[in-house]
Amino acid sequence: MSEVPLSHILFVSTALFFTGMYGLFTRRNLITMLMSIELMLNSVNINFVAFNKYLYPEKLDGIFFTIFIITIAAAEAAVAIAIIINLYRSHHSIDVEDATEMKY
Amino acid sequence: MTGYQITFYLISAFVLSMGILSVTTRKIFRSAIWLLFSLMGIAGLYFWMDVQFIAAVQIVVYVGGIVVLIIFSIFLTQQSGKEMEKAPLGRTIFGALAVLFGFAFTYFLIQQYDFTATGKLFDSDVARIGNAMLNTEQGGYSLPFEVVSILLLAAMIGCIVIALKIKPTEK
Repeated sequence: MSEVPLSHILFVSTALFFTGMYGLFTRRNLITMLMSIELMLNSVNINFVAFNKYLYPEKLDGIFFTIFIITIAAAEAAVAIAIIINLYRSHHSIDVEDATEMKY
Repeated sequence: MTGYQITFYLISAFVLSMGILSVTTRKIFRSAIWLLFSLMGIAGLYFWMDVQFIAAVQIVVYVGGIVVLIIFSIFLTQQSGKEMEKAPLGRTIFGALAVLFGFAFTYFLIQQYDFTATGKLFDSDVARIGNAMLNTEQGGYSLPFEVVSILLLAAMIGCIVIALKIKPTEK
């Protein structure tokens, strides 16, 4: 069954997590930053399912954590997009550098 | 190398290349489409790991819900054909360095730890998942299930309230 070692799956999810982190560091547009966060959440989900399958096959905790993370990611994306649209209405831009009223 | 392994490496390469394209392209609409492909690849990875339920949820919620929402908000807030301005060189270099260091450090730690797979067969039957989700006894997930559903309801109402346009007379 486990012809592919677990560390290779962890390699993929780690690389995906740091890809999302690179996007979060370099982008200054709110929508693309949100997309990077989605990538990071997905890499964590891969980890949960892989650990569940390889190390504790008789349990289901990893699957449930994945389901709850997907649900919370959906809620988070909806709220974030509502905030982005509201910000665009008042500032006519969704660049984080343009919304600095509450910075100091 | 068996076909099982080759499938895994092909899907992983697809997911990673689409993810990298998604964070580096300068056209925001293309970025969303690359993200869509990457999420589909992750659903393929779930199919490969034999958890069909999570793969179906991934396709329905992420590909059918979140990416469509992101594309709508792109259409609402900017000109999709316009290129985003390039990040300053210093930020790109420091971001890449921080990410490379973090990746090397994390993967070094993962390699040190010896994961021993149990080799038992993984049973992710949907009936089993459903029973555990509504089980109120020890090891059941009915309380988190209800909490998450209340959270989702609160988030939906919150979105409507935030995005609602205030009429000028009420200001």
